[in-house]
Amino acid sequence: MATLTDYKGQVPAWCPGCGDFGILNALKATLVEMNIEPHEVVLVSGIGQAAKLPHYAKGNTFNGLHGRALPPATGIKLVNHNLHVIVTTGDGDCYGEGGNHLMHAIRRNVNIKVFVHDNQIYGLTKGQASPTTLEGTLSKTQPFGVHANPFNPIAVAIALDCSFVARAYTAEPELLKSVMKEAINHKGFALVDILQPCVTFNKVNTYKWYQERCYHIDKAYNPYDRVEAFKLSLEPFTEKIALGVIYKHDKPAFEDYISIIKDTPLVKQPFQLEKMEKELLNFY
Amino acid sequence: MDYTILIGGEAGQGLQTIGGALSKLLSRAGYHVFSHQDYMSRVRGGHNLYQIRFADREITSPRSKADILVALDLKTIELHKGELTESGIIVYDADFIKKTFDSPEYLHVPFDKIAVESGGSKIMSNTAAVGAVLGMIGMELTVFEDIVRKAFRKKGQEVIDKNLATARAGHDFATRECRRCSFVVPKTANSGYMLINGADAIGLGALMSGCKFYCGYPMTPSTGILNYMGSKAIEYGVMVEQTEDEICAINMALGASFAGVRAMTGSAGGGFALMVEGLSLAGMVELPIVIAVMQRPGPATGLPTRTEQGDLLFTLYAGHGEFPRAVFAPGTPEQAFYLTNKAFDIAEKYQIPSFIIADQYLVDTEWTFVGFDTKKLLYNDYRLSGDALGKTGEYKRYAYSENGVSPLAVPGLSKHLVVVDSDEHDEEGHMIEDGETRNRMVEKRLFQKFPLIRNEISPPEYVGPPNPEIVVAGWGSTYGVIKEAVGILKDKYKIGMLHFSELYPFPGTEKFDFMSLLFEAKLTICVENNATGQFETLVKASTGYGFGVSIRKYDGRQFILDELIGELDGYANRL
Repeated sequence: MATLTDYKGQVPAWCPGCGDFGILNALKATLVEMNIEPHEVVLVSGIGQAAKLPHYAKGNTFNGLHGRALPPATGIKLVNHNLHVIVTTGDGDCYGEGGNHLMHAIRRNVNIKVFVHDNQIYGLTKGQASPTTLEGTLSKTQPFGVHANPFNPIAVAIALDCSFVARAYTAEPELLKSVMKEAINHKGFALVDILQPCVTFNKVNTYKWYQERCYHIDKAYNPYDRVEAFKLSLEPFTEKIALGVIYKHDKPAFEDYISIIKDTPLVKQPFQLEKMEKELLNFY
Repeated sequence: MDYTILIGGEAGQGLQTIGGALSKLLSRAGYHVFSHQDYMSRVRGGHNLYQIRFADREITSPRSKADILVALDLKTIELHKGELTESGIIVYDADFIKKTFDSPEYLHVPFDKIAVESGGSKIMSNTAAVGAVLGMIGMELTVFEDIVRKAFRKKGQEVIDKNLATARAGHDFATRECRRCSFVVPKTANSGYMLINGADAIGLGALMSGCKFYCGYPMTPSTGILNYMGSKAIEYGVMVEQTEDEICAINMALGASFAGVRAMTGSAGGGFALMVEGLSLAGMVELPIVIAVMQRPGPATGLPTRTEQGDLLFTLYAGHGEFPRAVFAPGTPEQAFYLTNKAFDIAEKYQIPSFIIADQYLVDTEWTFVGFDTKKLLYNDYRLSGDALGKTGEYKRYAYSENGVSPLAVPGLSKHLVVVDSDEHDEEGHMIEDGETRNRMVEKRLFQKFPLIRNEISPPEYVGPPNPEIVVAGWGSTYGVIKEAVGILKDKYKIGMLHFSELYPFPGTEKFDFMSLLFEAKLTICVENNATGQFETLVKASTGYGFGVSIRKYDGRQFILDELIGELDGYANRL
């Protein structure tokens, strides 16, 4: 049985009160509750405050480059699909630098879980706007203010027919855990956008700000209805924010189409040169 | 006997079919074949060439003259009639190109008409052309007939019969009408050669080295490797994925490598430029990866379908930060096969990125060989897995060790955790900031490993007399043309070739004192398919040595045998 102690990692270097703590705790608790052991998990991350999470927990870890968490996560899953591959990333890492990979990872539908710590700001580089920063925000690097439309990850994911799309909030641990659990149990690519206040650099989107706008999706809501899900994703973010599983589409994962790994993960397949000898004959 | 057949026409007219069939049947009939292609960056139209040189002795380069010019369009005649040898013949279909030439060197063969009359469709006009060429050189159809039977096996006996009849009709027509054809192609006792191009040789080498994961984004001239791996994926259990871009490609391949299989990616210089950040990641996390850099003329998009050796220094220096790498530059498809194998072995043994650098010319040229010997291939599983992994007490991904190489455990196969980090890290793989750990890690992954990697590098190949007065040096794809040129000039001068196919770490002189050859020669010439002499820069930086003369070519085309002989002769004459 996995315990919380098994998942104890290094002491986090996040600011006191940072929304990342709630996500770290929820992830550890989720894995323990699901009785998944650290060696069965690969935590994949890029760069940013969120991307440090793997060091603050325990598991096999691939802490790669900024924006580039999804490609190695895909490679890992295709080589050993017995592993739980979980990506911990941020709004800059996943929606900015890694935007192109997100789009195509959703299209591939590899069975990996992407937990985005979305604080609507750049923390590690100290306060620049991120793709989800609200319009009009001033920063040192946006002297004229942010006038690009905030990126709507939920709407984009639904538009791409992402097989699992959810939104959670760090200060609501029970909901966060249940969404994480459902994402991990889901077969296919799962995107969970997790709102988390940056107490140091984001003075607008505070705990209070989120508290006033977040609401739980009604139990009667049908996440399989793509049009309804899309409607929900277009609700004005500055007024109301739906939490819960917003869209689901049960379909085969990318791995299901890869005949060569149907029986045995690639990593466990032996290399047999003798079977390849006949390839030489094709060149005569 | 040494003939060249030049086939010219628009893209989409079937040059590949005609050229491919002729190359294959000639090599199967026991002749040495050297073929290369020259094509424009378009799917239809334009002007493309397929050149096949064949002989009864080893040949390793293209010549400037053609003995038979197969003109599928008028443009081919206009552009290339001057390249005809004295006894050469231009074969063309006057009905198709709507023009008739009366000079004796022209031979009209109605490819389309023959195809319709014997095969019932114009589709078979390429078969008629192959038949005609064989008639012109006085070769029997037997070998070609076998190829036709095999190629159309799935399409049924009727299609086979029609093609055979068309080939026969083309052959008979040319035999009857080409009174000026004086080609002598003596029968050979050889049982037939292997015919392979650079791209397939790299792909085959990867497959036979245990590569289980290949991903990439299509880009000429690297696409052939991706295609080859794709064609073998299902049969041999290789995961092949076309990625959204080259940034994804290298990062995905590194993920696969982390998860425990041999992984490879490849691109041209432009795509490799996108991979550079990921290359640096490979250096930091110490994961094995093989990267194929298939050069084409730059900068930027450059000449997409042509050739250049312009990315050597880029490949040597790419990546921010300091980390070891190995760079192999095969000179022939055969070398490409074995060096790809060596690249995989070195990459995993030392947990580093290793490169195969070649170019459009090598990728697309087909050569004949007696055969490849799979017994010469290395396969050592350097991973920590199975029982050994289970028995390991404590596991640290970056444990300090005597030679700087830490155990490479496969994640998920035991309770041990494998942690890699692009940040500077401690032995466990967790990020650190302190200078002391930083120093030890730099020592481990760079200083400890580098001399060991250098020891693995083979010295250059020297072909020539013991004490040459003239040494002609080169690297990579210029092997064949330099070797053949020097071979021809050896009757006139004391001249030898020094060819480098293992470039970095730059070979030492312990195994072979090649530097003495250079120092003692009266004239040293470095031949490169680029503008700035990038290999000369590498030699200078590594040894301090400067070549006497540089021969460089940067028009996007490879060196041609006759031209190189002329240039070398010019310098040698002045001695």
